[in-house]
Amino acid sequence: MDNRRKRTLPNQVRRIGFPVVNGIWRMGYAARFLILTLAYSGVSFRRFRLTVREMFFTGVLSLVIILVSGLFVGMVLGLQGYDTLQRYGSADALGVLVSLSLVRELGPVVAGLLFASRAGSAITAEIGLMKATEQLSAMEMMAVNPIARVIAPRFWAGVFSMPLLAALFSAMGILGGFLVGVVLIGVDDGAFWSQMQAAVDWRQDVLNGVIKSFVFGIAVTLIAVFEGYDADPTAEGVSGATTRTVVTASLAILGLDFILTAFMFRGVG
Amino acid sequence: MHRSTLDLWVGFFVLAGLVALVFLAFKVANLGSAFSNTGSYKVQASFDNIGGLKVRAPVKSAGVVVGRVETITLDPKNFEAVVTMHLDNRYSFPSDTFASVLTSGILGDQYVGLDAGGDDQKTLKDVGKIAKTQSAVVLEKLISQFMFGKAAETPEAKK
Repeated sequence: MDNRRKRTLPNQVRRIGFPVVNGIWRMGYAARFLILTLAYSGVSFRRFRLTVREMFFTGVLSLVIILVSGLFVGMVLGLQGYDTLQRYGSADALGVLVSLSLVRELGPVVAGLLFASRAGSAITAEIGLMKATEQLSAMEMMAVNPIARVIAPRFWAGVFSMPLLAALFSAMGILGGFLVGVVLIGVDDGAFWSQMQAAVDWRQDVLNGVIKSFVFGIAVTLIAVFEGYDADPTAEGVSGATTRTVVTASLAILGLDFILTAFMFRGVG
Repeated sequence: MHRSTLDLWVGFFVLAGLVALVFLAFKVANLGSAFSNTGSYKVQASFDNIGGLKVRAPVKSAGVVVGRVETITLDPKNFEAVVTMHLDNRYSFPSDTFASVLTSGILGDQYVGLDAGGDDQKTLKDVGKIAKTQSAVVLEKLISQFMFGKAAETPEAKK
């Protein structure tokens, strides 16, 4: 939108009203865009190669940052958790603390935030640049639907990649916690694993974490492809859209996480 | 040629993700022990007070987990807590087995402890109900008993 012209208008009411109306307008457009993407996603499954190719760019290229961050988050959890737990003489519960915080919260959320900034921004920039260089219009001229050919494979690749990345993050984090807690500090090996296995429930904890990461995957990738598709076809527009992707997707993850947690873990004590 | 290496990487990625999920399921959440279940049978027990016993709490005999608490309801007639447990088919107990609500450690979770009785005719599986139970020890009651006991014995000590 031509924000510059709007900002010079002396009308204060309009300065407040425009972002609100614009936001609602974009939300509706995004919803219609999601339905269109779902409707045209047959191609991304019939020609699964397209989706696999995008999974390389969203999933495989995010692996390094996810694995390294997971390991370090787990190691820090091990250090901090041990420091607090040993005050109460329950350092054996370190495995429970590390695994529950990773599987329930940190795995999906931090992996989602990293995914938004690593893969989401790349998707937005790529699609925005395709739009700026009129590749999308060229596809339409050749009777190729750009939503089916460009948007839907990226969307599904992100939706598939996100739960896998979150699981890898959690697993690496638990290994990191094990490394610091057991190997470095010397918490009892058996207590670390057995207390963890007694406390972590497959359905309540692990599966809910997977569901969370799946929802985050949908949210982040939808925001990324939408911002790219909706970007102003200029260099400035693409850079603005990339920034908006990271900001909006991060906020969406945190907001959705609160809602999902409130549903999933209510009354669990 | 380029595409096949790309497929290989994606395959590796998916495989690694699934391995991580399996690791979380079996090594962290210990799903394996749930599968090794050889079936279970239902046993009911009534308690005056179950304290902080929760659904899915372990049922232990001699410290070994032999089952889980399935449901906890209140009997509307005599206001006793009815605890339904699923015990592993591998273990059978005499029908006069004693059930009590115990606490693991001082601040630990509560669980149902089973002490095997001496009846070698019938088993719990036939009866389906534990007759002899002991309620949870509620800390406030314990403290008040101790305090009243102390208050009662002081005049005795003065004499």
